Amino acid sequence: MSHHLSPKRRLRDNLLKVLLYTCAALTCCLLMIIIGAILWRGLGNLSWKLLTSQTSYLADTIGIFPNILNTLYIILVSMIIALPVGVGAAIYLTEYAVNAKFVRLVEFATETLTGIPSIIFGLVGMLLFIQILGLKQGILAGGLTLVVMVLPTVIRTTQESLKTVPTAFREGALALGSGKWHMVRTVVLPNAMDGIITGSILSIGRIVGESAALLFTAGFGLVLNGFFESLQSSSATLTVALYIYASERGETGVAFSIACILLILTFLLNLAANQAGRRLMRKGQ
Amino acid sequence: MQHPRESGDVCQQGGSQMIRKRALENGMKALFLICGIVSVAFVLLISIYLILAGLPAIRQIGLVKFLFGTRWAATASDPSYGILPFILTSVYGTAGAVVLGVPLGILTAVFLAKVAPPKFAGVLHTAVELLAGIPSVVYGLVGMILLVPSIQKIFSLSSGACLLAAIIVLAIMILPPIVNVSETALRAVPKEYEEASLALGATKMETWFRVSLQAAKSGIAAAVVMGIGRAIGEAMAIIMVSGNVANMPSLTKSVRFLTTAIASEMSYASYGSLQRQALFSIGLVLFLFIMLLNAFLNLIIKRGGKEP
Amino acid sequence: MKKTIAIVLAAVLILAAFSACSAGSKTAAAAASGGQASNGSAAALSGSVSTNGSTSMEKVIGVLQEQFMNDNPNVKVTYDATGSGTGIEAVTNGTCDIGLASRKLKDTETGLTATTIALDGIAIIVNGDSRLSDISLDQIANVFTGKVKNWSELGGDDLEIACIGREAGSGTRDGFESITGTADACVLSQELTSTGAVIEAVKNSKNAIGYASLSAVEGQDGIKILTVGGVECSEQTVLDGTYTIQRPFNLVTKDGAALSPAAQAFFDYATSSAASDLIRQAGAVPTSHAKS
Repeated sequence: MSHHLSPKRRLRDNLLKVLLYTCAALTCCLLMIIIGAILWRGLGNLSWKLLTSQTSYLADTIGIFPNILNTLYIILVSMIIALPVGVGAAIYLTEYAVNAKFVRLVEFATETLTGIPSIIFGLVGMLLFIQILGLKQGILAGGLTLVVMVLPTVIRTTQESLKTVPTAFREGALALGSGKWHMVRTVVLPNAMDGIITGSILSIGRIVGESAALLFTAGFGLVLNGFFESLQSSSATLTVALYIYASERGETGVAFSIACILLILTFLLNLAANQAGRRLMRKGQ
Repeated sequence: MQHPRESGDVCQQGGSQMIRKRALENGMKALFLICGIVSVAFVLLISIYLILAGLPAIRQIGLVKFLFGTRWAATASDPSYGILPFILTSVYGTAGAVVLGVPLGILTAVFLAKVAPPKFAGVLHTAVELLAGIPSVVYGLVGMILLVPSIQKIFSLSSGACLLAAIIVLAIMILPPIVNVSETALRAVPKEYEEASLALGATKMETWFRVSLQAAKSGIAAAVVMGIGRAIGEAMAIIMVSGNVANMPSLTKSVRFLTTAIASEMSYASYGSLQRQALFSIGLVLFLFIMLLNAFLNLIIKRGGKEP
Repeated sequence: MKKTIAIVLAAVLILAAFSACSAGSKTAAAAASGGQASNGSAAALSGSVSTNGSTSMEKVIGVLQEQFMNDNPNVKVTYDATGSGTGIEAVTNGTCDIGLASRKLKDTETGLTATTIALDGIAIIVNGDSRLSDISLDQIANVFTGKVKNWSELGGDDLEIACIGREAGSGTRDGFESITGTADACVLSQELTSTGAVIEAVKNSKNAIGYASLSAVEGQDGIKILTVGGVECSEQTVLDGTYTIQRPFNLVTKDGAALSPAAQAFFDYATSSAASDLIRQAGAVPTSHAKS
């Protein structure tokens, strides 16, 4: 079946087709160049020694084990605080709140928080936690700053997954004499768990990738610390370490290796989030 | 809620259990309320502290001289604190990134959602998702090692770290999120719309551009707003490629953005000095700028949506 | 399934955290046994020493810090590279034990004592492909103030000159500008925040000229160290003063406030002759061998 197109339409059609293919090809090329550069320059430098030792001036070697640990520490600190508070707020918003204005206020607040650039979080974090509260630069100050950053994500994803729990479940539990908290604990939360986990994975992804907010709150330290030591001593996470090694030390090989690790980590986190998201959708149907 | 009461003993036990249960219920409700208040409190805190920290310097320097002064020399013997170079650089940089990145992103999304064979689309989608998630410093690193020397060679500059490099890096950075969100929006367009358009004699291209894109307008608008927000707030990626000298913006000159101005001087600005307070003021300006921008964009979107 | 993954993930995180607690002290001890022989002064010192300041002193403080921690496994020495200005500020506020400044104290910086542990030459570097090998002090001033704009005016190729300098609070910049007489007058094409960044930028650009600590540029390929007025930048010439562009590496302490035992021990170690070899290894010139 052939359309009888005017030459003008056909020309425009073909031009658009060319445009589409060119754009897609350009995007593909860009993506391949970036991923390729990271893998090519970084994989070669990845070694067991790099990953499990710390930087030594005496031996003139570089190791990023402290930075890997610092990243794990900060995930721990941030999630331990952000998860309960965020889930709690979401529960209040969906289950308890009667005042619609309050709900809208909180939703406006969380939406605003998502739009603020991370360097401002870093600035305020430094102001609040280090200058005013008197904490030292370290994982604690950095973690608290990140809590404020990931809270909106946790609240929003928890809210959405709470909303997918059918009202019938809730009404059934209440009709049987359960109190609200009891209902939430036994009926709503277990069913919303998938969404909460998806939200957590997204938040962890954001934490791993954050750098500007941590520059002045968690610091630039490259020394190996135990968990409790690192809370109050300058500790660079993987992303900050990448910045240091690339622009301040000129060790681009190490920087690319860190980039490789971050790439792999992001890939795994994306995979996990997709899996959790898929299960959530299946449940909703 | 009526509970059947039987013997008196059970009634007594039931009574104290009820009180405990109610206390727990009320306690949990209060706890959750506190959690909700905390998030509002954080936004308030951030705004208040920024204002408190940022106002003193503005008052001392003078609002007009601060916003419109063209010379930033915080540590010179004759210091000057004009941030117009930073404001203009941020504006031009974001605008450039959006002009480059948004069309490219939307068109790629159309390709992904409509044209690409499923397997290829799947692979590309995974790659785009991956790049949407990696930290911004990685973009800065690749830009520093690949882009900056290339710009230097192509344009015969003395140094490739300039506004152009920052614009390209920003455009590439906002590309994946825009592609992702636009693709989702396009895929959500009901097939009936497209089939109707095709049945009426439109070509595939015309259908996609006139019907699907229109139908996915709100999703794509959200993607663009998000892209703009990300571009204007970026610091780490561009600090590695833009040269960091406080010049008035020009494509091939080394420049400083509002964000990189804060990042580069904060580590050595001494406590209580006017320089440090001025940096907080820059943070305040950035914050207000973004609030206004978001409000403005949301207004446009709402008005655009109201049109029939 | 999802629950198990979440629990496993959390368990891994917590395990990693607590294993690292012991790993931290284990690594220090292992390094002590595998590293250089301790000086036998292993009194059971414990505590922490915080140093803060100059980025140029990174290598010097790095080796001293590491060796000191190897010798005294219960002491933790930290170093924050924030720039000479901030370091002096921090020690004045008491937020660090020892401030590090790669310049002399200013007249406005009172209540502090600066103890010089080393001299550092500020090397003038150009790209490895540059044809230039010597430059005079005046020419340096002219280049950095923008009076000379093209390499051909100095006998090089026809390329625009790109001056790479440090940020405003840098001790290196302060030393460079005061000796070359270019304070507040430098026209820079890039202002970078560390020694390493300057070296990297000069490496990547044929037009570039920059200044950086000698201790950092030694042994780097891709760059060329210029002789200034015919004088090579080396430990010897810095020591006897014939290489003029140099500045002191100072440990800054607050007057009237006693250092903690650990901090005092580190201070004494850094200023002792035992540290000279390490300082030399880091590329600076130890002053315990210099004339006063």
